[in-house]
Amino acid sequence: MTSSEALVRVEGLRKLFPLNAGFLRAPTSFIHAVDGLDFAIAPGESLGLVGESGSGKTTTGKLLVRLLDITAGHVFMQFDGQVLDVARLQRSDSKTFRRKVQMIFQDPYESLNPRRTIFDTIAEPLQVQNIGNVLDQQERVAELLNLVGLSPPSTYLFRFPHELSGGQRQRVAIARALVINPAFVIADEPTSMLDVSIRTSIMQLMQNLGTQLGVTYLYITHDLAVARYMSTRLAVMYLGKIVEMGATEEVLQRPQHPYTKALLSAVPVPDPRWTRTPVEIKGGISKPIDPVPRCRFYDRCPLAAKVCEDNDHPPLEDKGSEHYVACYRV
Amino acid sequence: MSETILRVENLTMHYTTRAGIVSAVDDVSFTLDEGESLGLVGESGCGKTSVANSLLKLLADNAVIKGGQIRFKGTDFVPLSEEEMRPYRWRNISMVFQAAMNSLNPVYRVGDQIIEALETHLGLYSHAQARQRVTELFTMVGLDPALMDQYPHEYSGGMRQRAVIAMALSCNPDLVIADEPTTALDVIVQDALLRQLKTLQEMIGMSMIYISHDIAVIAEVSDRIGVMYAGKLVELASADEIFHHPVHPYTVALMSAFPSVTGPKRELQTLAGEPPNLLYPPSGCRFHPRCPFATEICRQQEPEFKDHGGGHYAACWHPQEVTV
Repeated sequence: MTSSEALVRVEGLRKLFPLNAGFLRAPTSFIHAVDGLDFAIAPGESLGLVGESGSGKTTTGKLLVRLLDITAGHVFMQFDGQVLDVARLQRSDSKTFRRKVQMIFQDPYESLNPRRTIFDTIAEPLQVQNIGNVLDQQERVAELLNLVGLSPPSTYLFRFPHELSGGQRQRVAIARALVINPAFVIADEPTSMLDVSIRTSIMQLMQNLGTQLGVTYLYITHDLAVARYMSTRLAVMYLGKIVEMGATEEVLQRPQHPYTKALLSAVPVPDPRWTRTPVEIKGGISKPIDPVPRCRFYDRCPLAAKVCEDNDHPPLEDKGSEHYVACYRV
Repeated sequence: MSETILRVENLTMHYTTRAGIVSAVDDVSFTLDEGESLGLVGESGCGKTSVANSLLKLLADNAVIKGGQIRFKGTDFVPLSEEEMRPYRWRNISMVFQAAMNSLNPVYRVGDQIIEALETHLGLYSHAQARQRVTELFTMVGLDPALMDQYPHEYSGGMRQRAVIAMALSCNPDLVIADEPTTALDVIVQDALLRQLKTLQEMIGMSMIYISHDIAVIAEVSDRIGVMYAGKLVELASADEIFHHPVHPYTVALMSAFPSVTGPKRELQTLAGEPPNLLYPPSGCRFHPRCPFATEICRQQEPEFKDHGGGHYAACWHPQEVTV
């Protein structure tokens, strides 16, 4: 993929959260939540962003929709030949940006306003963007409800979120995200609150709609098994850094970074006959507060050597067929 | 053959709510042998936690055990009063809850909380003996004994859950009920905890009931597995049988809806519909509105929970023969 083809191109993205800051007192240290990310997403692709809690995956998602301000770096997005830098978004561009980029959140109990009907919830982006009159909007909302499998739409239009189950609410959240035909959707753990039997149908719905409507996804999840089904490429994050990235099956079948290997061998397998290889790393994920310049994974890594301590965090290197790994020892 | 320590027969438990009666646990029967690990799996609202709470009679005010027996080493818990139940709690049966943060008191040192449990239930400890016992327990669950004088907020999520397990093991119970103990944890921490729990269970020879919505976690820790749906135990068999020869269509659906990172990438099957509202449970088999094999008899008559060969129990009119 050349850079001109990419829909989203992230360069050196950083987000630092200040600690101990006060009135007239400069912060003494920073959490490096996202620390120098580089990746690109091609149109129609689905990039899975996986990692443990505290790895910075949700922060990355929020930076890409500008729910958080970007500390440094660029996020270029290309829509209809026009290139926007999300880090330096002009006021005049922000309407286009909001129209093309949408987000689906984890918890459908929190992300829907309890006082708004389903119609109001889904039609809001249309109203904000001044698209069509009320009749057009009703038609569009009904169309979307059908698409997400809430039919007949008339039985849902004027109900409130509390009258719906978790799965139905997540369908409403998906309808709201897709109602203005976005080009890029960031989904942050959209199925982790749902039960297994409901989860599969939401996963399939998102995949089908993605193909049907030409939506590009950034799919954020802690669950590698879900990521396997929802993404064409996979990026594994650890303490604000991408440590491994490549085609999903390639990364899962032939993991190279010791962290990815550990993560994969820790995932429980739904088969009592399967014996997993023991996890080789110890301890838990720490917080990236003013990290020392060495590999972020140094203190937990079974392969750690002098080179990992003496140098800054290793860069992502192509190990063949676009399988990128950030490790001195691979 | 080891001895059966717990025999639950036709357990039925209702919640009385303003909207009506919710039949959360309906006619559930199972046994548990000494040293055995039983997994209870099902989706939210299927009654798995209600079963666990009923076993110790730790019930909300609006919950009533309507029928059945809970025989622990021969004693039926159902007719016992609170006062009569107390000696069994923690000494014989202890529990590990899902939210470790909520099961530890934030203003007491972790070690002191375990000592309190020891003093309440066993009584005979001097302070030095009690601290000795806490040191043993911390070592057992893989915590540094030096941490016993710290407060819960100084612990990470995984450490808190280990402390809660240490507390559950403090009185050498015959049975530990673990209700989603790893659900809030990251996979690497979860993995370490599951291994520890399994090792301890085998080492001490205690029995365990492990409750989870995650069939992969259940597969890791259970000898036998019970699958619950809408307040019913629909299938009960050895872990291998449940995963490789499921009989009940719901179990089959659960297995084929679950993604895995290993093995070939299968197509995931979806199960239409949603679990029923237990205020108005469906007639006949509670799974019939979502079942692809449902016929007239399923709508009208409840299937019997019976042995389909070799201790593989299921409640279904149209048992499946699948090899997964």
